[in-house]
Amino acid sequence: MGHNFDKARAQRKVMNESADNMREEQADRDSVNLPVMVRSLTKRYGSITAVNQISFTIEPGSTVALLGGNGAGKTTTIAMLLGLITPSAGEVRVFGADMSRNRYDVAQRLNFQSPYVDLPARLTVKQNLTVYAGLYGVANAAERIAYVAEHLQIETLLNRLTGKLSAGQKTRVGLAKALLNAPELLLLDEPTASLDPDTADWIRHKLKNYVQSRNATLLLASHNMAEVERLSDRVILLQAGRIIEDETPKALVASYGRETLEDVFLDLVRGEVKRTTAESTPDPLRNGS
Amino acid sequence: MSAPRAMSGVEPALLAPSGVSASLRRIVALVRRYVYLLRGSGVRLIELLYWPFLQMLTWGFLQTYLAETTNSYVQSAGVLIGSVLLWDILFRSKIGFSTTFIEEMWSRNLGNLLTSPLRPYELVAALSLWSIIRLAVSMVPVAVAAFLIFDFNLLSLGLALAAFFWVLVLTSWALGLVAAGVILRYGLGAEELAWSLAFLLLPFCCVYYPVSVLPEWLQPVALALPPTHVFEGMRSILLDHSFDPAPLWWALALNAVYLVAGYAIFSWFLSRARVNGTLLQLGE
Repeated sequence: MGHNFDKARAQRKVMNESADNMREEQADRDSVNLPVMVRSLTKRYGSITAVNQISFTIEPGSTVALLGGNGAGKTTTIAMLLGLITPSAGEVRVFGADMSRNRYDVAQRLNFQSPYVDLPARLTVKQNLTVYAGLYGVANAAERIAYVAEHLQIETLLNRLTGKLSAGQKTRVGLAKALLNAPELLLLDEPTASLDPDTADWIRHKLKNYVQSRNATLLLASHNMAEVERLSDRVILLQAGRIIEDETPKALVASYGRETLEDVFLDLVRGEVKRTTAESTPDPLRNGS
Repeated sequence: MSAPRAMSGVEPALLAPSGVSASLRRIVALVRRYVYLLRGSGVRLIELLYWPFLQMLTWGFLQTYLAETTNSYVQSAGVLIGSVLLWDILFRSKIGFSTTFIEEMWSRNLGNLLTSPLRPYELVAALSLWSIIRLAVSMVPVAVAAFLIFDFNLLSLGLALAAFFWVLVLTSWALGLVAAGVILRYGLGAEELAWSLAFLLLPFCCVYYPVSVLPEWLQPVALALPPTHVFEGMRSILLDHSFDPAPLWWALALNAVYLVAGYAIFSWFLSRARVNGTLLQLGE
């Protein structure tokens, strides 16, 4: 009797393990087509939880904004997507590759820009772009640099030292570096910070055109609500490391009965939540379409 | 700003991201970054020559003075100056490796590099290659000057010089890897390590005196350091006109162990930096 019970339990265990493996394999197959798949992602620094069990996916060709106050977990999330930070728990897949283990399988297909990193100040802009063209394996580096420089109107800066540029010029040069390999997934942290309104608007046009013309996927972290409203198909709102909203900008504004995304954001971060439509919990593996 | 246009135009022709040629291409791209840096700064170029040249002059004149004494050790042509030049190979190569790595942190460029397709071992290979190039830029003119001023020909060490060179350079890379790892983990506060780590070896690897001078209990420590065998070998050639290659094989084997350990330490600190989230915070 006891023997049969053990045998049945062992069989059940094998079946469960095999079902788990099949589910994992299916998830792997599904995630290959997705630019981003994040599952139960958590990052803890000692007793502080910077990112807490977040899950989302991003569809090809969509523009998604990570929105949140300081310390909400935006930069940490982007850094985990890039493989710069190792998650404490959960999973990050970019084009199906586990970024903790196999990031080099897809590194050439993405690029990023962040105010937390700079290009070497003592190299000219052209030298910096040449180096990064080499690192990303761009064979026609000279033509591509010339083209990106023309496109972002930095031709006159090419022979200047990067460290001597204004903050706005540096942002455009950083963006040129991020576009050198024409990434399928572009991750931008505060892409228009330190730009004057005219240049910021111009950059947003460029990004929009880039995403549309290449069916590229854009994930940006921003404090600029107007920018998020204008660029994004979808907003993931983070607070204290958790996703508290995951909606289109329009739906978010409508559901809170406010005029702008900024009003919604301020309500949420100040805890003055007044959602007017039916309360909904964000679907953890919601698609961006 | 003019009206934006759609981003089409010149598409990037992307080469295969993996394989030996892809690795070499990325290593060359990074070395090119360091060449640009040196080419763009006359001060850096002068700095590369300045200290080795001063060292060589100081020890060269000391050797000239001591040669007038009755001590046969110091009378032997070039023992001191040879020691200085060989020590400088180790020290300058180590400095070249470490400061180039620190340069990436000063310029807050490490995040860009580590998110690119550049693998950590390619970064290490580029730093190693660059340390040799820097070494050539600083040491070749100084060795030529030593010949012209003090009639000391480093090439008089013969074929052994090539072996000495590699033993010293490999040791410098192992030290550079440890220093880079510690700096990655603890930030630029640990920068001093880049400068001082090689000096830790100075008393024990018997640069200016034979191993027999050390207390007996310290001699095994000295013999476990690859550079000790280089300096002993150099003295053997210059003083006794004989050379036993066996200790150099031992030194190369030791270097292999230290290099593997150095890379393991670097990789471990890099993975800790990813866990601690410090890679985005590194910079001036």
